Amino acid sequence: MMQLDSKIPAGPLADKWSNHKNSLRLVNPANKKKLEIIVVGTGLAGAGAASALGELGYQVKVFCFQDSPRRAHSVAAQGGINAAKNYRNDGDSIYRLFHDMIKGGDYRAREANVYRAAEVSNEVIDHFAAMGVPFARDYGGALDTRSFGGVQVSRTFYAKGQTGQQCLLGTYSSLTRQVAKGTVTMYPRRDMLDLVVVDGKARGIITRNLVTGELERHAAHAVVLATGGYGTVYYLSTLALGSNASAAWNSHKKGALFANPSFIQIHPTSIPVLNDYQCKLTLMSESLRNDGRVWVPKEMGDKRKAGDIPEEERDYYLERRYPAFGNLVPRDVASRAAKERCDAGYGVGDTGLSVYLDFKDAIAKQGKKAIENKYGNLFEMYEKITGSNPYEEPMRIYPAGHYTMGGLWVDYNLMTTIPGLFAIGESNFSDHGANRLGASSLMQCSGDGYFILPYTISDYLADEIRTPKIKTDVPAFGQAENEVRQRIDRIMAVGGRQTAASFHKRLGKILWDYCGMIRNEAGLKKGMQLINELEEEFWKEVGVPGGDKDLNQELEKALKVADYFEVGRLMCQDALERNESCGAHFREEHQTETGEAMRDDARYAYVAAWEYAGKGQPSRLHKEPLNFEFVELKERSYK
Amino acid sequence: MDIKLKIWRQKNAHAKGQFETHELKGVSPEMSFLEMLDFLNAELIARGEEPVAFEHDCREGICGSCGLFINGRPHGPQKKTTTCELHMREFADGETIVVEPWRARAFPVIKDLIVDRSAFEKVMQAGGFISINTGSAPEANGLPIGKIIADKAFDAAVCIGCGACVAACKNSSAMLYVAAKVAQYAMLPQGRVEGPGRVRNMVKAMDDMNFGFCSNTYGCEFDCPKGISVEFIAKMNREFMAARVCSPKPE
Repeated sequence: MMQLDSKIPAGPLADKWSNHKNSLRLVNPANKKKLEIIVVGTGLAGAGAASALGELGYQVKVFCFQDSPRRAHSVAAQGGINAAKNYRNDGDSIYRLFHDMIKGGDYRAREANVYRAAEVSNEVIDHFAAMGVPFARDYGGALDTRSFGGVQVSRTFYAKGQTGQQCLLGTYSSLTRQVAKGTVTMYPRRDMLDLVVVDGKARGIITRNLVTGELERHAAHAVVLATGGYGTVYYLSTLALGSNASAAWNSHKKGALFANPSFIQIHPTSIPVLNDYQCKLTLMSESLRNDGRVWVPKEMGDKRKAGDIPEEERDYYLERRYPAFGNLVPRDVASRAAKERCDAGYGVGDTGLSVYLDFKDAIAKQGKKAIENKYGNLFEMYEKITGSNPYEEPMRIYPAGHYTMGGLWVDYNLMTTIPGLFAIGESNFSDHGANRLGASSLMQCSGDGYFILPYTISDYLADEIRTPKIKTDVPAFGQAENEVRQRIDRIMAVGGRQTAASFHKRLGKILWDYCGMIRNEAGLKKGMQLINELEEEFWKEVGVPGGDKDLNQELEKALKVADYFEVGRLMCQDALERNESCGAHFREEHQTETGEAMRDDARYAYVAAWEYAGKGQPSRLHKEPLNFEFVELKERSYK
Repeated sequence: MDIKLKIWRQKNAHAKGQFETHELKGVSPEMSFLEMLDFLNAELIARGEEPVAFEHDCREGICGSCGLFINGRPHGPQKKTTTCELHMREFADGETIVVEPWRARAFPVIKDLIVDRSAFEKVMQAGGFISINTGSAPEANGLPIGKIIADKAFDAAVCIGCGACVAACKNSSAMLYVAAKVAQYAMLPQGRVEGPGRVRNMVKAMDDMNFGFCSNTYGCEFDCPKGISVEFIAKMNREFMAARVCSPKPE
């Protein structure tokens, strides 16, 4: 039986990370030059880690599937990045940021990890500012902040509605600097298809060169996954179409436990589905809820235009249900409230699957110019996609799959259950519990990459200084490459006529219906059954034209979808096993009289870490108990 | 709506390419341009033919992956719009739409509509950064930057690296792309220290990568999906001249 050791250091909460840093072993500069590290993914976490490790003198190899590291999906984060700077003098502190995240995550995250994320947040902002990230500033030249959902302070730093882009381009610039210096080698247009484990340690990866189709072996002393989340499992999501679970999932199959797979955030403010061929939902930043008011008509099935519905006939349901936080309740709460209104028949638009996000009052009070300054690019984006002008008509929004709190299980050092395999950013599970608060994703990714991993990985590498350069001609590499080859051959051999995307779409629908915003036992069981049937059909009907030794986008998609059947099943299994509601995981069977999530701390205050048990076998559950030493577990109330 | 597509097909970098014509029926005006191509590809796959390769990722206009030359314009007819944000409602029923990859010496075709933009990476590596090591940053508010300057730097920083400016330019010049980065850092105090070396190195890399010269036709600004202004090119030119006259030659 595998024992999960979270390696949380002892001592007072505020001292854990400093004490731990002092106890971590170092690698001297002469030895760093001999050690190789693979980083997969070039978002804020991956590019940040790669540049920090390159600066330290390690030999780093970085991989991404796009043509340039600058395109990783961190680029699309809109609203902002949190830090506990307390520049507003509004009572913010590291402890308060920590406490907001623990509460926002519905008490399903590790205290120590969350505290550390809050602690390094200030260094992240300093670093970004120094790299020339053009954050919003006030006229005195100081950094501006705004407030974000689920908190009562203003701690979110931003660059209009494209904070992720600016942070990523800053991080990309630091990565580029290391590439120019030769400490980092960049491998773009590569899909990581498998992890190579030699004598129990992660020693390399198998990639497919997306231009030539060749399989390649890459070796290193340690492997860092920064491969993001698996939100595209729903097909329709706010993620990039290329985002996928395959690197993390195949590492899971090689022995890395996967934690809390059913914890997926459904973001409340996405542009609703407009046509049947749609493959992407575009997010409208949560920051819009600072000034926009969410409502539906009071009368069921009211088909009048929004502007024709008088004030007293509008139901501002978030303000009604949650007077303390109003439109700024956390995402899971806002999403379920929207679904509740639409399911009850009050939804707007042709499909009835959307609610209004209205800026009328904000424009009247602050003027159009002020609103344009804050959200101009988002309004433009909305108009381009929908053809409707949000300055005049309210936006229509609906929840969409967005962020995965679940991911590879890691200890306090961000190492998975495979020695030498680290997971950072969204690809791990550690900091957001069962629900993530807005603007904490950029914060966690950058913290992991720039300020945490570089310390913890040295403790692991201190034992590797005598290990010579890892060779790729050992049997483990051959075997891993063979397995990948067989996966590719199997897909190419099907010879059907249905696209991988069509299967992905059907899989997404199953998961959205049965393992989405609201789950129940019967539905989850049915979902698993339907996934099995669909998977069987996939292996008979999927069509991948062309050859595999060539640029073949259909093959890339089919490989990802093949993995997603397995991911989807584990999500359902996890959701079924967790017989409580918490955060984004809402089991219909467990709710209060007013429809709020009801946790069961006595039975479920643990991290569910799943072990792969072989094809067709149900995964094995390992539990890491969550001990709350510093905060008191309470019902999460935003009323 | 029904449309006719004249679309560029090219097996690989070495093969000779040609236009291929497809009639597409039942296109919804609500589809994005790329969803229309997905729709075409699904039809091709159903017939057992190879789908059209094109680059895309975020599909919300921010990653810069997509970039098609549509009816003779980078990213198509709509101003300040990336290909993925362009919707079929911008086209007429029965229209013939010509779709090509970016055409520039510095961007060779990889397959069909996908080009190799790694020349942009080389230009960035020549100086598109501020040299600050992790952990050595001062307190963020220790360096005040006026709102007007910060906003201006932001306007330059919104470049998504798609390459439309190069595709729009009759000389295939990358001046707007390079200028946006040079100007962003030149305006910020953090970036001043390395300013003269940066502009000279990046301009040299741009020349080395086979991008053409700038002849001030402003086509780049006109077709930039993020609306980046050519005033940054003027800014870069000033920086460049000042660096040549006043600063020692960089290493």
